[in-house]
Amino acid sequence: MNIVVNGNNTEIGEGSVITDVVHSIGLNTDRIAVELNKKIVRRTDWGSTTLSEGDKVEIVHFVGGGTV
Amino acid sequence: MDESLIIAGREFRSRLILGSGKYASFDLMVKALSIAETDMVTVAVRRVNLNDRSKESFLDHIDPKKYHILPNTAGCYTTDDAVRTAMLAREVLDNNWIKLEVIGDERTLFPDNQGLLEATRILVKEGFVVMPYFNDDLIVARRLIDAGAAAVMPLAAPIGSGLGIQNLTNLRILREQITEVPLIVDAGVGTASDAALAMELGVDGVLMNTGIAGANDPVAMAEAMKLGVRAGRLAHLAGRIPKKLYASASSPLTGAIE
Repeated sequence: MNIVVNGNNTEIGEGSVITDVVHSIGLNTDRIAVELNKKIVRRTDWGSTTLSEGDKVEIVHFVGGGTV
Repeated sequence: MDESLIIAGREFRSRLILGSGKYASFDLMVKALSIAETDMVTVAVRRVNLNDRSKESFLDHIDPKKYHILPNTAGCYTTDDAVRTAMLAREVLDNNWIKLEVIGDERTLFPDNQGLLEATRILVKEGFVVMPYFNDDLIVARRLIDAGAAAVMPLAAPIGSGLGIQNLTNLRILREQITEVPLIVDAGVGTASDAALAMELGVDGVLMNTGIAGANDPVAMAEAMKLGVRAGRLAHLAGRIPKKLYASASSPLTGAIE
C-alpha cells in the first residue's frame, strides 16, 4: 500500500508499523522524531503504530541552523 | 566577577549563544563553537533525507554533553508549524527547550508577533522552556513574559544582515523595563563591536549565527565575538563615565610651569 514519507510516495507492506519504515530507511533511531498525520508518535509507540493507506509520515532530525 | 546567565533556572557561564548553520564544513563549525566557548547551540529541525543512507548525524559533531542544544523553529511561518516543530524537536532529544521563531515575512524574516504569542502560550502550557525571537516592541515583550516565556530575544537587525544594532534606543528601553526574564539580543550582529555594544547596553546575552559562520575566517571571528561579548559585559559592569559635551581635563589645573 502507498503512504507518503517526507513528501515522497512510498510503497510499504500491509500491516507495516512505523519501526519498519524507520528501519528500511536505515536511520539512527535515537536521533530522529516521527510524526504521523501531524501527530507525534513517541519512540516507544513506533512498534505498535500500524500504518494505513494514504498516511503522511514526517521523519525529522536536527541540522545546522540558527536561522532559515 | 560576573555571575552566570540564568535561564529557566539553568546556569550558563557564557553569554554568547551560537547558531550552527551556514558553516562551510562541520570541522569549521566545531572549531568555531569551541573557541567561542559557548554553552548553548541552536539547531534546526528538518526532514531526514531519505536518499542519504549515511549514518553520519549532525549530532555526531555537537556533543550534547558539552553544549546545551537549543532546537529552533526556523522556517516556520505559522503558529501551527512552530508548535509541531517544537513537539518534534522535543522528541528527538527529550529536551523541552525551544528557541521559538514564527516568521511573518520572507525578505525581512521579521517575526509574526501574533503567531508568536499564540505559539508561546501553547508551548508554555505543554511544558516547554520557550525563548522567543521577536522585534523590539515593549508591549509584545510584556505579553510574551505574561505568557510564560523564559527569556525574550529582540532582534538588533534582520537575521543574517550583519547590520549591527539598529535599534539602540528601543533596546535601551527594553533593558530598563524588562527585569523578570533575561533579555538576549538575537539576530543582526555582524562583527565584534556589535556584540560588545549590545552587552554594554546591559542585555543579558547575545545570540548569533551568520556573523560568525559567514565571516572569512569563522574561527577567528568566533574568538572575536567571545572577546567582544566579554568586553561589553565588563564595561557595563564597570560603570562607564558619562558623556559630556565639553572637555574635562585629565591633568591637574594648577602647578603648570609659566
